[in-house]
Amino acid sequence: MTETTGRSAPTTSPEPVVAAASAASPLARRPRRRGEHGWGSTAVGVGIIGVMLFPLYWMLNVSLQRSSGAVATPLLPFELSFDGYATALRDQSGNLLTSLVVSLGAVALSLLVATPAAYALAQLRIRWAGAVLLAVLVSQMVPGIVIANALYSAYSDLGLLNSIPGLVLADAGLGIPFGILIMRAFMSGIPPSVIEAARVDGAGQVRAFVSVVLPMSRNALITAGLFTFLFAWGDFLFALTLTTTGDVRPVTLGIYTYIGTFVNDWSAVMATAVLASLPALLLLVVAQRYVSAGVTGGAVK
Amino acid sequence: MTGTVTASAGTTAPAGAARERPRGLRSPRTRERALELAFLAPAALYLLLFFAYPVGKNVVMSFQEYTTRTFFTGEAPWVGLDNYAAVLGSSLFTQALLNTVLFTVGSILGQFVLGLAIAVFFQRRFPLSGLLRSLLLLPWLVPLIVTSAVWRWMLDQDNGVINRAIGALPLLDARPGWLTSTSLALLAVVVVNIWIGIPFNTTILYGGLQEIPEELYEAGSLDGATGWTAFRHITWPLLRPVVTVVLVLGVVYTLKVLDIILGLTGGGPANATQTLSTQSYELSFRQFDFGQGAALGNVLIVISLVFAVVYLRANRRAVDE
Repeated sequence: MTETTGRSAPTTSPEPVVAAASAASPLARRPRRRGEHGWGSTAVGVGIIGVMLFPLYWMLNVSLQRSSGAVATPLLPFELSFDGYATALRDQSGNLLTSLVVSLGAVALSLLVATPAAYALAQLRIRWAGAVLLAVLVSQMVPGIVIANALYSAYSDLGLLNSIPGLVLADAGLGIPFGILIMRAFMSGIPPSVIEAARVDGAGQVRAFVSVVLPMSRNALITAGLFTFLFAWGDFLFALTLTTTGDVRPVTLGIYTYIGTFVNDWSAVMATAVLASLPALLLLVVAQRYVSAGVTGGAVK
Repeated sequence: MTGTVTASAGTTAPAGAARERPRGLRSPRTRERALELAFLAPAALYLLLFFAYPVGKNVVMSFQEYTTRTFFTGEAPWVGLDNYAAVLGSSLFTQALLNTVLFTVGSILGQFVLGLAIAVFFQRRFPLSGLLRSLLLLPWLVPLIVTSAVWRWMLDQDNGVINRAIGALPLLDARPGWLTSTSLALLAVVVVNIWIGIPFNTTILYGGLQEIPEELYEAGSLDGATGWTAFRHITWPLLRPVVTVVLVLGVVYTLKVLDIILGLTGGGPANATQTLSTQSYELSFRQFDFGQGAALGNVLIVISLVFAVVYLRANRRAVDE
């Protein structure tokens, strides 16, 4: 786990700076906070987290045991078995690959669309900026099923059903509003004088954006990208409604198909579930500071 | 993009203007303006295509007989308010509406109270608290359908770990069918959704708690405000803006929830967990009556909007007073 200090914590904006920094490390900013508590509190904390993480432990536990459809799973995997993973990989590796391709595509597309917009909303004085920002916020209230309902017929006409580009386009929509909000918050914190200086030196609008703003906003971009990846990877609704055959099937839909019928091999289901959770786990381990920044910044979402 | 087109047009436009000043005044400014809009154009287009268009299309569809036949013939006859009459008049609507309210209120209440309690607890400083807090995020980050699958097996009537734990208790001899009994399924779904929402609530509320200046607590303790009194009179009022954000977002997101319910119960047993969202899915994608599905989806949007507006208004008034 990368434990960050307040100074190096990635931040989404000057305001969330404080929140993100303190979220990343309680030691960094506030020296005194309600007195010191010792290991007793740690024990309570471990208890809370233990309860909260139990379902995930259970997922791992079941995934490592011989297929257990009719019998109760032992509390620990005494007899390790990787049968579940073998089945999962046999059935679902294509689906995992589909998910990966779709998610990466969605990340690329959403960053491409959201980053310039965030910059425009943060730094350029555009007449309709307020309206666009409001539209972004309101878009968050539209239920996915409404979007899917309309997209299905549009996709059917355009031949985008059961296609990777179709899913990429729809999934990018999950990340774009969030990306705009979180990157705009960060970019508002860039002093306009920095950008003006670049302009005075002869850089055009595009040049100033690419070589000054983008490098400065690296952390916000990473956070936006990571979350778009998680949204797209976890997407179930679009996978469910915008595919009708097994040709293009993300892993979330693979799991749903697994549990849609009577399950007699829970270890394979749980093994797939573990594999589908790996990106989340991986991101939490290697990019924890970006994740914290994203959740805190997500409050504006 | 339209922006780029105008941009290039702008540069070539007034040849005369170029003589007055080195590079002309009007054309670079027009160009600049157009370029600025070009930054925004892709996102605006995206919002139009993937949010505005679906909402508009949904409104249109809700007045049409839009079924599988439409996809073959391209015909979607107008039926006026028939879809709304059918959807709102169905006995299922009342149940789905009630389920939606119970699901949303139950989930939000549980997530918020537990999330706040954990956030307050983590305000203490103790070893490993940072590590534990980041681990807490995990349930929120895994795909929802994974969560559904895991809980479905945990809540299994015969072999689920929950019922085994209950069975191990000395006095109880029951094996409730959490997901198969009409009286328990909604409760089970709410519990799972609470579990999913706690990390988000805790993280945001913790951030809000950290913003409250320590000095206030010091000043308060001089006046004898500690513990509950301090929470009631210092923490709660100052946390209010964050609470608003958490609750509004929570309700808006919970109203839309579909994955968890489809994965856990599929709306059953006997529609015991059918919400407006799942019912809309059912109508469109199982019964292929897209018109009725659209009508119900629109009802959901209206409820969402009304809630957000009413709550934000009430809250503003409360803050003003």
